[in-house]
Amino acid sequence: MIKGNFIDNLPRVYGIYTGGFLAFIIIMAIAEQMGMTAKAIGICFVAFTVAIYAIIGYLSRTAQADAYYVAGRQVPTVFNGMATAADWMSGASFVAMAGGIYFKGYGYMALLVGWTGGYVLVASLLAPYLRKFGCYTVPDFIGTRYGGNLSRFLAVVVLTVASFTYVTAQINATGTIASVALDIPFQYAVYVGLVSILLCSMLGGMRGVTWTQVAQYIVLIIAYLLPVFWISNKMGAGFFPHFMLADEVARIAELETQFGLGTIKNTAADLATVPKGLAGITKAHSAVNATPWAFISLALAMMMGTASLPHVMMRYFTTPSVKAARKSVGWSLFFIFLLYSSAPMLATLSKLSLIDPNLATGIIGKSISEVQAIDWYQNWNQANLMFVSDFNGNGTLELNEFFMGGKAVVLATPEIAGLPYVISGLVAAGGMAAAMSTADGLILAIANALSHDLYYKIIDPKAETAKRLVVARVLLVVIGFAGATIAAMEIQGILGSVIWAFDFAMSGLFFPLVLGVWWKRANREGAIAGMALGLASGMGYLIWVRNGGSGFLGITQLTFGIFGSAVSLVSMVVVSLITSEPDAATQKMVDEVRVPSGKSILGKQH
Amino acid sequence: MSKQAQHWEKTRGLLIVTLAIWFVFSIGIFLFGAEMESVGGPFGYPLTYWFTCQGSLGIFVILIFWFANRQEKIDEEFGFSEKGDD
Repeated sequence: MIKGNFIDNLPRVYGIYTGGFLAFIIIMAIAEQMGMTAKAIGICFVAFTVAIYAIIGYLSRTAQADAYYVAGRQVPTVFNGMATAADWMSGASFVAMAGGIYFKGYGYMALLVGWTGGYVLVASLLAPYLRKFGCYTVPDFIGTRYGGNLSRFLAVVVLTVASFTYVTAQINATGTIASVALDIPFQYAVYVGLVSILLCSMLGGMRGVTWTQVAQYIVLIIAYLLPVFWISNKMGAGFFPHFMLADEVARIAELETQFGLGTIKNTAADLATVPKGLAGITKAHSAVNATPWAFISLALAMMMGTASLPHVMMRYFTTPSVKAARKSVGWSLFFIFLLYSSAPMLATLSKLSLIDPNLATGIIGKSISEVQAIDWYQNWNQANLMFVSDFNGNGTLELNEFFMGGKAVVLATPEIAGLPYVISGLVAAGGMAAAMSTADGLILAIANALSHDLYYKIIDPKAETAKRLVVARVLLVVIGFAGATIAAMEIQGILGSVIWAFDFAMSGLFFPLVLGVWWKRANREGAIAGMALGLASGMGYLIWVRNGGSGFLGITQLTFGIFGSAVSLVSMVVVSLITSEPDAATQKMVDEVRVPSGKSILGKQH
Repeated sequence: MSKQAQHWEKTRGLLIVTLAIWFVFSIGIFLFGAEMESVGGPFGYPLTYWFTCQGSLGIFVILIFWFANRQEKIDEEFGFSEKGDD
């Protein structure tokens, strides 16, 4: 069926795949009309897509180090863009982002700006230079640029802290979706999610993850955009929501005033009766509701974190050239933009359909008993994602008496808008794809750093390739299980731990990475101080604020990386300047990194 | 000045321009969030709202492609571009 080499045939392969997936959706839609149950549809969607990823993972198996670590450095720009977008957009982006915008409006949208603006830093400051360097992992760059096992080891520590914080949240998300779609308890579903994740990455390493991530991007973007367009059309809000929701946004602002948003407050006693994890609408939808510094500091922390997260950076090690790495960052952001620019539209449609009394789906202003009798309300109330209560005893549902979980915006809106169940199944498959692809990238980043930098470069530099890859795979499984075990304990929400991961990464890695390329004078002692003090002070600040500390300069537990990275910068510059400058060989190496032509610093096999 | 030093000077110049544009649309304009609110933006959205959900994001996409092209030109000018295609 397919002639010639795989890379040349990529557009064809993924074209057929996309067609097949669309055909599958249509078959499911027909099956639903013929009486297939909602539960069976959910199982089919999740099982079918996960099986495809597993097959891709198996077909990508490899025994070569450069295929395992960097996919043989032959991933074309556009496909690497898709893979990065899937790697990047996690369960949080897919399931929680629209909900965050729904509840918090402008203040939350700092995350949209931060999670996209960071790519400008990636493209201009780092990705092309690290690609030229020819490293397998991020600590590989730190260890070679600054020299010495300690600097390499510290980079591995920062990478592990940040990525592990992040990955538990992703395994948690796969578990949540698997437990809903397959109808099994969360404690087991977490391990079902984990096995699916490992199937993609274990045999093929980066190569397997790359080709499954492209497949996962296609599923997740269809699963996100299709409902947004469909709902918008069904509500008559406009056939292309992104350009046509101005009236709806204005209408929400009007209703907010009418319903007394911000003036009618619930008492603490009333709020105590609301189930945990649910929230009411307390913030304006489109109006500015945060101080400039609150907005900017959050955006800045996310941008610098983006440029320091190793699982994103290592995607640009897989392109064929430096030039391709730069372009690929642009494509990544384009594919991310498709989803991120749709999230506020989904939040708008979701909110309006719930609160506008002129719409058939609107529930505010209806009697409480009428709302409690609605099918979808009962379903989502049972799933602990929706709740109404007649606080003022007037028998009518007010805006301040309606509570929802953040996930419900993505998960429940199709059902509220009256879309067929097949869409809900599709959304579940999309959420699973988003969480799996990110978890894969993260687990691989940690396992590769431990196997390549800790085991091979520090512990046993004479190890054979076969042995190195066995160690890499064993670590992959161990880290996966450790992550799943912590995820099963459900310590923390999905979004909170994702944001922490960014702060940890920027505290320890941002300046050592950037200055490694842009400041020749930066030396080993400086980098060691920058990583150790940056991470320690960031973590210290977090612990202090978590334990009732007041914080300073408006830096919160979501933006502690600003403090950590400032400490990192100052200590790195000061220590570099009071110690001797790097030797001539290192300075020459930096010069070579700065031009795209010529050999990479590290050989093809290292 | 050596060819390499000139190349790096131009590269650094491009970085500064790129980061300046980035700064304006990721940080600068949000200093004036409240002031921009009453101003109408594209497609009829309030301007601040439009920047947070489409404007800044789209500008970043264009900025990266623009930057990549400029940098390629600089590399070619000094003969530092890679052999072969991508």
